[in-house]
Formats: sequence, structure tokens, C-alpha cells
Amino acid sequence: MTATADAPAAGVLGQRAPRTLWGDVYRRFIRHKLAVTGLVIQVLLILGILVGPIIYPEDAEYIDILRADARPSLEFPMGTDDLGRDTLARNMEGGRISLAVGVVAMAVAIILGTLVGLLSGYFRSLDNPLMRFTDMMLALPSLPLLMVIIMLFRDKMRNLLGPELGIFVLVVYVIGALGWMPTARIVRGTVLSIKEKEFIEAAVSIGVRQHMILWRHVLPNILSPIIVSATLGVASAILIESALSFLGLGFPPDVPTWGRLLFENKDFITYNPALIIFPGLFISLTILSINFMGDGLRDALDPRLRL
Amino acid sequence: MSRYLARRLLTAVPTLLAISMVIFAVLDLAPGDPTGALPETIRPEVRQMIREAMGLDKPMHIKYLLWLRQFFWNEPIGLLEGALGIEIGDSESRLRITSWGSRGTPVFDLIAQRVPQTLWVVGLAYLISVLIAVPVGVISAVRQYSVFDQLGTLFSLIGYSVPTFFTGLLLIIVFSVNLNWLPSIYDTNLEVRDWRSLVAQLRQMAMPVAVLAFFQTAALVRFTRSSMLDNLTQDYVRTVKAKGFRERYVVIRHILRNSLIPVITLVALGVPTIFSGAIITEQIFRVNGLGALLISSIQVNDIPMIQTVTFIFAVLIVIFNLIADIIYGVLDPRIRYA
Repeated sequence: MTATADAPAAGVLGQRAPRTLWGDVYRRFIRHKLAVTGLVIQVLLILGILVGPIIYPEDAEYIDILRADARPSLEFPMGTDDLGRDTLARNMEGGRISLAVGVVAMAVAIILGTLVGLLSGYFRSLDNPLMRFTDMMLALPSLPLLMVIIMLFRDKMRNLLGPELGIFVLVVYVIGALGWMPTARIVRGTVLSIKEKEFIEAAVSIGVRQHMILWRHVLPNILSPIIVSATLGVASAILIESALSFLGLGFPPDVPTWGRLLFENKDFITYNPALIIFPGLFISLTILSINFMGDGLRDALDPRLRL
Repeated sequence: MSRYLARRLLTAVPTLLAISMVIFAVLDLAPGDPTGALPETIRPEVRQMIREAMGLDKPMHIKYLLWLRQFFWNEPIGLLEGALGIEIGDSESRLRITSWGSRGTPVFDLIAQRVPQTLWVVGLAYLISVLIAVPVGVISAVRQYSVFDQLGTLFSLIGYSVPTFFTGLLLIIVFSVNLNWLPSIYDTNLEVRDWRSLVAQLRQMAMPVAVLAFFQTAALVRFTRSSMLDNLTQDYVRTVKAKGFRERYVVIRHILRNSLIPVITLVALGVPTIFSGAIITEQIFRVNGLGALLISSIQVNDIPMIQTVTFIFAVLIVIFNLIADIIYGVLDPRIRYA
């Protein structure tokens, strides 16, 4: 399964370039039309967010009442809001924050989930308590609880780390802490089947220490479900953050995330729909393209579908 | 079956207790003084007395046990008294969970006012989504890769990815702002008395229901389709077909019956999710249901209300998990003995 297993055979025959695991994955991914579409959209969005401000250096926070509520035009491609702030600049700024929240919250959830899944799959004595704990966490009402926790601990975190970083850390950790359970279940299931394989038995029999078995032999073999759930995890974290911001419970008013932009502007929907349509479109495109990529990755990484 | 049932019930109780403990602890550990919203002119010793009267000086486990007693003993008895019009024991001095925000109104009275709105919108949306999703999923699977299937898949991927708060706002832009067909704000005071008020009620429910139903349908279609596809290639299907039964008969009597088992379970599991999804939808269309109650109580730091509403969401999850387990056990005998 790993790259090292494939390498020597090709060298002896010396005809074709060796096919590696990741080469196969790439080939299958490229054939998945929706996944490639998703990847292209995602790359464009990320480019727009990161490179956009260099091409379009407008200050997202600059207030000018005189140019308030401008319609999309050449000067302001997406118009301006009720305070005359540039919508395109605010969307780019918001996208950076939304994506950062998505990626970091996903990382928190994946690390926690992988750890719990590995431990409970590999060590029989830990399995029952950890899985009961996971079940309990799954039964928690996550959206209400997220809202409550963020509302209650917001001021404390703001005092501790400052208004922006404090909320960022809080949002990211709470989303991660309430989102690791599906990953843990998938990882546990995979570990349970990997653990019975002969190469683990071989490693045990030659006296490899347990943490090395986990790190060198088990972990590389459960990477595919982790990658898939990491991809989908970014989407769900962005969705949750947007939902929180949309309810007015996310970042402070001067930090424009996509959800926050929807929340701020939903009362101006009647006379300036552009304020709503663009951030909503960006959230939807992001989630859609990530879901496409996730589907494609799932198929590409599934060894049963090997070409 | 009874042993299976008993085992499921027995696991639900500790889960509920653990959840209640987590919710209680989160709210109890939160910084912030419940008397902080009271006027500054209250003298510190009076403030201290208020805190003592609220029981805030007691250790956490005592507070938790007292809350448990209120929730699982005092409140059910209160409900029973209300329903039967009788008095059980000393009902005057029995403490009910009271809201801090609404001047001592019992939390459950406030919740009872909000539940019908949520239930109407959520229930109707869920019903519609199941009625649409199952046939669409079945046809998609039977005619795999047909135009219908590809359209259905694309539709469900979009429905699954576009957040409800955006679909809701889009619908408002189209149907309220541009076409002026439907009201964008839900009027809770509307009473359905005659034909005209019924039409008004249906008109104001149309968009919230559509938003929730769209999202839910998308998820269910995907699931139904893949469950059908799993069954289509099974040996028993080939056997029935080999016997010469018509395709319609094979699909409905054999494949559908087996494929619907996980779908029904998912439908039961999804009920609590759609309740919390309704929090957002209620906010868009200003439906003052349970979700709106939760948000407004979070904003005024009304701890008993937050605790109760959050815990009710958790109870819904546990109950519907249980229901899903039981349905699964009834429909698929293999599960019971596993």
C-alpha cells in the first residue's frame, strides 16, 4: 500500500515509470469531473482572497458616507454598503477570515478525532470508555451549545487575547471540540481492521514499540479516511462559523466574515441586494466546491476502485 | 425484542444525565454575574442577598442536583396538575424553573407558547421533504446515470451546500422584494379562523418551510439513492428478477423495502437536527419559535431558560436516537441480536 512497497518491482523490470499510491490517487481524482470543477473553483476563490487585495487595494474598513449604497459599477465592482464601505474589499477580507476559521477548526477537530479514534481502535481497554464518551458528545445539541459557549465566554477571551484573536481562538476551538466525533468513529473503524493485518503482527513480533507501530504502521494506512473527513470538515466549519456570525454571535462587528456580512446587511435586502448576494454566493461556492472535492477524494482514495 | 428495548433504554438514561451535567457545567462555569444586569444602585449587601436567594452561593453539585429535581420532578408534576386540573401535594411551595429574563415566569410556560410555531414550520417542512426525497431517490437509483438522476444529484448537492440562511434571504429577495407575493415576516398573532386567514397562514409559512425542506430533501435524496444502489446489485435482486417478476414489482416489493430501513432510521435521527436548523430559519423569517427564544435568552443571559431549552434539544436527540434504534430493531431482526 505504501510507496516503498511499489518502488523495487519497477526498478527490476525497468520499463514503465513506477505507479505510486499518490500517483494513482491523482489519476483517479483528475478523472472525477465534479471534483476537478470543485478544485478549480476553490483555487480561484483562494487566489481571489489572497491575491485580490494586491490587485484591488481598497481598504475594507474605510467609511465614506458620501458614496454609501452605491450599486455595482466599474469603480466599485460589488457596490458599497450603508456606510460606504467597499463590498468587494469586505468580501475578500471576510473570505480570509472565514477560510482561516474553517482550516484551523478542521485541524483541531481532525487532531482530536484522530487521536481518540486511534486510541480507542488500538487499545481495547480504552475502546469502551472513549466510544461512550464519543456517543455522549454526538448527542449534544451542537448549534445551541456553540451559541451558548461563545456568548458566555466571549468577553473573557476578548480580555485575554484581544478582540480579534480572542474570538478567533474561541470560535475555532469550540467548533473543533464539538466536531471531532465523526472523524473519531471513522478512524476507529479503520484502525480496528488495520490492527488485525499481518504486517502489524509482524511488527509486534519483531518487537517494535507500540507508539512506533501506531505512528509508522497504523497512521499511514488510515490517512485516506482522515483526508476525506478533513476536506469535508473545512466545509462544515465554515458553515458553522457563518451560521454563528449570521446569528450575530460570531466575530465582533468590525471583523467582516462572510456570515457576518450577511447578518449586517440582511436589513438592507430590499434596496441593495448585492450586499447579500455576494457573500452568500461565496459561502455557497466554497461549501459546494469543497463537497465536490471531498466526493472526488473519497472515490480516488478508495483502494477498492483501483484502476 | 424486549431485551433489546431494555438495553437501549438503559443506555439512554446515563447519556441524558451526562449531557445534562455537561450543559449545566458549561453554564455554571461561565464567567459573568447573573446579577450584573440589575441596576448599579443596588447596595452590595443587597446584591449578595439576591445572589443567596437565587442559590448562587451553593457548590456546583448541590445546584446541579437541585436543578435535576426541578426538571425531572417538579416540572412534570406541574404539567400533570395543569393538564388534569388537580392539585398534587403542596403545589404552592414547589419551586418551578423560572426565567430570569421575564420576571419570574416559569420557563416551561414560555416554552409552551413558542413550541407550536416551531412545530408547525419544522413538522411541515420535514413531512414535505420526506415525501419528495424518497421517490426522487428511488427513481434516481433505478435509472442511475439518466438525465433525471444527474439533475437530482446536482440539485441535492446544491441543496446540501447552500446554507439555509442564504436560501432564505434569496427567497425573500425574489418572492417578497421583487415579486411581492409572500410576506417576509412571520406573524405569530395570526389566528386561523376562516378561509382568508388560512390562506394568509399558508402564505407566511411557505418560505420558511421551503427553506428547511430544500436542505433536508437534499440530504435525504442522497441517502435514499445510495441505499437503493447498495441493494440493487445484491444477489436476492438477481434471483427475483430471474424468477421473471416485473421490474416495478421487484423494485417496490423487494429493493425498496430493504433500502428504506436505513432511510427510516435517518429520518428519525434527523428530527432533532431540523429543530436546531430551525434556529436559523426562524431568525431569517422572524418566526418566534423555540430557536428565537433561545437566541433572545442568550442575549439577556437568562441562564435557566438557556439551560432548559438546550437540554430540551438534547432530550430530543436522545429520544429520537432511541426511536431510530427501536425502528431499526423492529424492521431488521438481525440488529436485535447483534
